[in-house]
Amino acid sequence: MSEALYPITVEVNGVARTAQVHARLSLVDWLRDALRLTGTHVGCEHGVCGACSILLDGEAVRACLMYAVQADGHRITTVEGLAAPDGALSVLQDSFCETHGLQCGYCTSGLLIAAQALLEANPRPSDAQIRDAIGGNLCRCTGYQQVVEAVRLAAERLAGGDR
Amino acid sequence: MSFRYIGRKSRTKEDPRFVTGHGRYVADVALPGMKHVALVASPYPSARIVSIDATAARAQPGVHYVLTGDEFCANTDPLLVGVDAPEVKRWALANGVARYAGEWVAAVVADSRALAEDAAELVEVEYEPLPYVIDPEAALAADAPRVHPAHGSNVLYHRKFVWGEVDAAFAAAENHIAFRAVWGRNATVPIETFGVAASWDPGMQLLDVWASIQMPKYPDQTARALRLPGNAVRVHFDVDVGGSYGVKRGIKHTALVGYLAKRLAMPVRLVEDRLENMRGGDMHGPDRFFDMQVAFDGDGTIRALKIRAVDDVGAYAGRSPLQLGKPVTAICGPYRIPAVEYEPISVMTHKTAQEAVRGFGQSPTNFAIERAIDRVARHLGMDRIALRRKNLIRADEFPYTIPSGSTYDSGDYHAVLDKALAAIDYPALVRERDAARAAGRLAGIGFATCLEPSGGNSAFEVLFNLKNDTTTWMDSCLVRVDLSGAITGVMNTSSSGQGHETLVATVVGEVLERDPATIRVVHADSLTALPSNSPVGSRMAIMLGGAAAGAARQIKEALLAIAAHNFECAVEDLEYADGDVRLKGAPEKKLSWTQLVTIAHRNIHKMPPGLEPGLQAKFVWEVPTGGGLPTPEGRIQIYPCYAFEAHVVYVEIDRDTGKPTIQRYLVGHDCGVMINPDIVHGMTYGGIAHGIGAALYEKFAYTEDGQLASGTFMDYLIPSAHEVPELKIVDHCTPSPLTTFGQKGSGEAGYLGGPAAIANAVNDALEPLGAAIDTLPMTAPAIWQCIAGARSEQKD
Repeated sequence: MSEALYPITVEVNGVARTAQVHARLSLVDWLRDALRLTGTHVGCEHGVCGACSILLDGEAVRACLMYAVQADGHRITTVEGLAAPDGALSVLQDSFCETHGLQCGYCTSGLLIAAQALLEANPRPSDAQIRDAIGGNLCRCTGYQQVVEAVRLAAERLAGGDR
Repeated sequence: MSFRYIGRKSRTKEDPRFVTGHGRYVADVALPGMKHVALVASPYPSARIVSIDATAARAQPGVHYVLTGDEFCANTDPLLVGVDAPEVKRWALANGVARYAGEWVAAVVADSRALAEDAAELVEVEYEPLPYVIDPEAALAADAPRVHPAHGSNVLYHRKFVWGEVDAAFAAAENHIAFRAVWGRNATVPIETFGVAASWDPGMQLLDVWASIQMPKYPDQTARALRLPGNAVRVHFDVDVGGSYGVKRGIKHTALVGYLAKRLAMPVRLVEDRLENMRGGDMHGPDRFFDMQVAFDGDGTIRALKIRAVDDVGAYAGRSPLQLGKPVTAICGPYRIPAVEYEPISVMTHKTAQEAVRGFGQSPTNFAIERAIDRVARHLGMDRIALRRKNLIRADEFPYTIPSGSTYDSGDYHAVLDKALAAIDYPALVRERDAARAAGRLAGIGFATCLEPSGGNSAFEVLFNLKNDTTTWMDSCLVRVDLSGAITGVMNTSSSGQGHETLVATVVGEVLERDPATIRVVHADSLTALPSNSPVGSRMAIMLGGAAAGAARQIKEALLAIAAHNFECAVEDLEYADGDVRLKGAPEKKLSWTQLVTIAHRNIHKMPPGLEPGLQAKFVWEVPTGGGLPTPEGRIQIYPCYAFEAHVVYVEIDRDTGKPTIQRYLVGHDCGVMINPDIVHGMTYGGIAHGIGAALYEKFAYTEDGQLASGTFMDYLIPSAHEVPELKIVDHCTPSPLTTFGQKGSGEAGYLGGPAAIANAVNDALEPLGAAIDTLPMTAPAIWQCIAGARSEQKD
């Protein structure tokens, strides 16, 4: 293993974070272990399950498939960054609570990120578009039914002016 | 019964911490100075370990230890086996012989997981490959390679139960069918793998454990494996578990990590990576075929059933053979079948060990029974719904005792089936299918009417192991009201998404008439916990709910006793409302919740004699109807409560590829009184999705040379939001007479009938071709082959 360290500066949930990282350090490990942002979860480490999804410059990506060095100069939002600074739940988070769009919570961070990216790009998605957007996030608890309901509810509430 | 909080729409207590990323899973437990484990796995399905050279690995930077089976097995005890098979010994690391590809042979401890993985690659193991057997039928042969030679054969358990006049019924019946139904090896495969962290305190002589766990008697088994007294292991149940549905039983992982933490006097953590989880995590589910025979009359009356079930448990046995035992409690399904022969055979092969999976063997059995019902209908040319209606137990027949000795508590199966058919507009669905067929498409409707035994009374243990006389499967709750008047409920295991905190708060709030949103629920650790048997077997609504209600009632009784003492009246003269107590007919005579709580905590001079100060109550509840031992014929009451589900599914199949698409899915569901409908519905939706996986996609496939061929999510296919359609549930409520509020269990709902219904729908779609398929998963290639086979037969 190379011992070389590389400097990175990444904006994470609105805060500039700098670090010296090994080339092989995955982005999700850096977020979880170094920054202690443990809301992003590791499910498969081969890019299928989507539990580790984060927003990278506004786009949902898998943090297990990126190295921390690749995030240098980019802007990241994790699940911890979805709520308001005072801790108030976002409309999307609140909608997940309203429809019980989760059970064990493990895949939920990734689903929230996927749904957040969807609603930013398409504020009034159809059910089929919702299913497309979360189609890369595996959940074993919910059968996706109440997740789809949550995203649909969030879209309705956002369209109605809820913030 | 009308309720204030039970059955009402209300948000869960758990969801807010998860949607903000503030859950605390085992991988989030960071202990100071914690070290990490990576594993060396056997590449062979069967091999003697000739030597292990860890010199290079130990020399790596950051590496603290390399543990091999020789050291580990000499210093720990093997894990418990659920049946009487003392020579089937299992440790976390192979003891001289590896018995499946992927079995852990050595463990490396390093400063980080990455360094541990680097070093694990440098551990040199010399193997001498041995003969192996992968196919369960081949493993039954007298000359098959033996997985555990000391056990004498590959059969772990074999018994033929005969309940009722089976042979006479077969002789008298006008018709018979026989077929084989095959259930593929799959599992619940939670998105969180198994993980455990442990820390040894030499001053306290205490092992602290944080684990992603859902296992009965886990602290006790950990202590026994490590040769420690029970009170030297403290399991912290406040760890959020990232899904389990049965499989998070990682006792071997815990024994390994616990040993390392104590041996090295360092905190140690093992979180499986996905490959370790899939091939060496010992979490595969039932792998089973059924030889089914049914005797029935021309009018569709089913007279008797013969089931021979062969289950491949893999290379080791924990509780896995018992997954053939639970179905005894619902062996004839929801049907009036007076005579049943059941021959369960548990066999070992050189595959990963089997573990408990949602339903504990009931879903495969329901699949086989429901395929039998459809095959009887096809044999007679009878409508499948009419056949079911004819044989379903009628509402006026409850309580109903089945041939194997279990009594079903309550139900109205006909009403639930009718509701489901009405909700999906069955005549319209038939028209849709027929129109699709007329247009040349393959389309089918499937049904499953089946049971979800609930209440988690593990009496199959005493049925399958006559040396075991465990008849107690209690659960408990502690409720306390503090000096401020706030209520806290204490539960005694971890949760894996079932919403137990909401359950306890709702039930306690209902009894005490206090807002559940104000009630906190915490998880004890194993040294402060009351007895519990963990959330298995759809038991917590019944058992934890019952215990919480029992404790809350004692609190209420104490409040009434305090008021009666102060008003110098009888308890019967008092009214309890919202936590306040008034004298009937004299509303000005009132003691408020706050005043009563204050008396209990501060004013013993105002307390009735004999009532203990403070305000707390514990309640330990035994499973209703539990406690019995089997008769010599193997008749026994296992589970107390029986939920019912009627699935209706519409499937179309692409003729050219065999690809099935579920276009409509509805289930009628009766689990008695629902405590929190959103939670029950959520688990039912999830169970159906899991059933879709078992029916169509998921299989731990092994190659002929004993390698797991589906060890990643690229080849073990978990249904996504594309494969799972919109799901609809129609509720029905037949209260259980055995439980506190009429509730039944529901944690396995959906999964118990989903695979059967989908299999029946696929077969209905294939019926015009004269084809049938009885092997799960019914993957697109398998269906395509079935279609192609039917075509070539037609040509012949």
